[in-house]
Amino acid sequence: MADIRFEKVKKRFKDVMVIRELDLTINSGEFFVFVGPSGCGKSTILNMIAGLESATEGNIYFDSTMVNDLSPKERDVAMVFQSYALYPHMTVFENMAFPLRMQKTSREIIGKEVERVASILGLKELLHRRPKELSGGQRQRVALGRAIIRQPKVFLMDEPLSNLDARLRVEMRSELKRLHQELKITTIYVTHDQAEAMSLADRMAVLSKGEIQQCGAPTDIYLKPANIFVAGFIGSPPMSFFRCAVKKHQPLEIDINGFIILPSIEAIPEGDGVVAGIRPEDITVADQRLERDIEDTVSIEFIEPVGAFSWADVIWGGAKVRGILDFKGKGPEIGENAIIRVPKDKVILFDPDSGRRL
Amino acid sequence: MNSRFKTQYSKSKVVGLYLLLVMTILYCAGPLLWQFITSLKPDTEVIRMPPLLPQDATLDHYVSIFEGHPFLRIILNSAVVASLTTLLSLIIGSLAAFGLAKLDIKYKALILGFVLSVSMFPPIATVSPLYIIIRSLGLRDTWWALILTYTTFSLPLSIWILTNFFREVPDEIYRAAKVDGCSPFQTFYKIMLPLAAPGIVTTAILVFIFSWNEFLFALTFTSTPASRTIPVGIALFPGLHEIPWGDIAAASLVVTIPLIILVFAFQRRIIEGLTAGAVKG
Repeated sequence: MADIRFEKVKKRFKDVMVIRELDLTINSGEFFVFVGPSGCGKSTILNMIAGLESATEGNIYFDSTMVNDLSPKERDVAMVFQSYALYPHMTVFENMAFPLRMQKTSREIIGKEVERVASILGLKELLHRRPKELSGGQRQRVALGRAIIRQPKVFLMDEPLSNLDARLRVEMRSELKRLHQELKITTIYVTHDQAEAMSLADRMAVLSKGEIQQCGAPTDIYLKPANIFVAGFIGSPPMSFFRCAVKKHQPLEIDINGFIILPSIEAIPEGDGVVAGIRPEDITVADQRLERDIEDTVSIEFIEPVGAFSWADVIWGGAKVRGILDFKGKGPEIGENAIIRVPKDKVILFDPDSGRRL
Repeated sequence: MNSRFKTQYSKSKVVGLYLLLVMTILYCAGPLLWQFITSLKPDTEVIRMPPLLPQDATLDHYVSIFEGHPFLRIILNSAVVASLTTLLSLIIGSLAAFGLAKLDIKYKALILGFVLSVSMFPPIATVSPLYIIIRSLGLRDTWWALILTYTTFSLPLSIWILTNFFREVPDEIYRAAKVDGCSPFQTFYKIMLPLAAPGIVTTAILVFIFSWNEFLFALTFTSTPASRTIPVGIALFPGLHEIPWGDIAAASLVVTIPLIILVFAFQRRIIEGLTAGAVKG
């Protein structure tokens, strides 16, 4: 158990600035997720916490101890890797016992601990197998077991679920969450999958190009994205964006595809244009008007059923927009006319130049 | 071979394939077969042709090589020299290779190139200066003269093969070992060495064969049966009036047997070694 603090941490590989400047505190016992597209520097951050890579500048603290110059062993961290990184020449038992052996734990305690962890993870039957005789999900469990067996200060997880198939991934997600609630050990998790981040994180940081774009609880980030990047990255399918004109500054009036809205926002845009973002799950493509909100006639381009409902793609104001299909009668044909309905209060406005939310 | 991949061949094709196989075997094993035939012929038949096959087969030569020559001592010399060379070459080679493959070292490519350059000099060009060094170290006619020389000349091979094997071990496994509390050296012998076992075996056999068969340095640095190795020993079989072809043939065959046993014993490992990395496990 430890909280982890970054103080002006920078990382450069040769001429490439991978981490620009990181100031962040991860609280003790927290499940913290770094999420971002590939190449955003999230794995580098994890490696710096583990001690596998050193920071070019700045300090990293575990509680009040500066760990810059400590080896991974001295930092007492455990890590789960994307490829599991099990030792192929050892059995499941030996793999999980390995970190304890390295601490010179006695044989009896090792035996007991492996037994305990194996039963938590449902690996009891597999202790004598080698990694190559295991399925992907089982390997994943062994990798987890090897990490939790010595109750480290911090768990580090580098995209641990991305090699699993979709169903196992969802199962393991809840298992990870359950484990964290049981063990209450600070967990730092790296992923490029925003859905995984949303469902696991107590708090998360959205990264792009080596910088934290936003840090906070998943729902806060979802509802109040700090900028266009975060808004587009978090949420699936991604948010639709429209360029809009500012009709009037005081009070603010904005024209979205010919519809005027009067948003109540904190900052007033300086220029005469803004970017409006609307999440697909807030847009309805219907066959009836409600005469509320913004409503316009569009034609249906594409329909994608996902079971409980269907997504419909329409062209609105020259851009492709996705919304939830809501037809009372029978399902529409492609090319048929429909009504797009956008609730005014769900429109999020961004500054077109800085990308920041207004 | 998996039965799914079996192909149906016509009869003439099968005959052709076998013919090709027999020809290849004859080409490769021909000299060995000739030696074998010669070793069984009595002295009177050895330099006559026909007959091709011994009319009056005898094991006399096999008996005579152990009588009158210190042949057992010579085999012992070779065994010790080759084994110790292999051991030394593996220890130094694997440590160097681990560093070059996994540790943060500058100018890796340059170092590897430099290592390779050692093996570029023809032995005949280096044998005289080496002789002077060996003599001034007082190592002439000892095992160590050969062990040190062979180790030096086999290291480029060891380092190159082993570096590639260590590179094959995924970085994440190396990092996992670090996080699990291994020092670099512990990572080396607890994780990397076992994983590179096929490479170690392959290298060991190649180095062993090289040391077992080397002639030029052995001829130059040794002068008595105290340290003489097999190739030199056989070449210097004394003959009063004639060259003892039968004895030489018999001796050559006898000393090939350990190599054959070695290769067959580790065959599976060698094949793993030579094809490693083709498929990720």
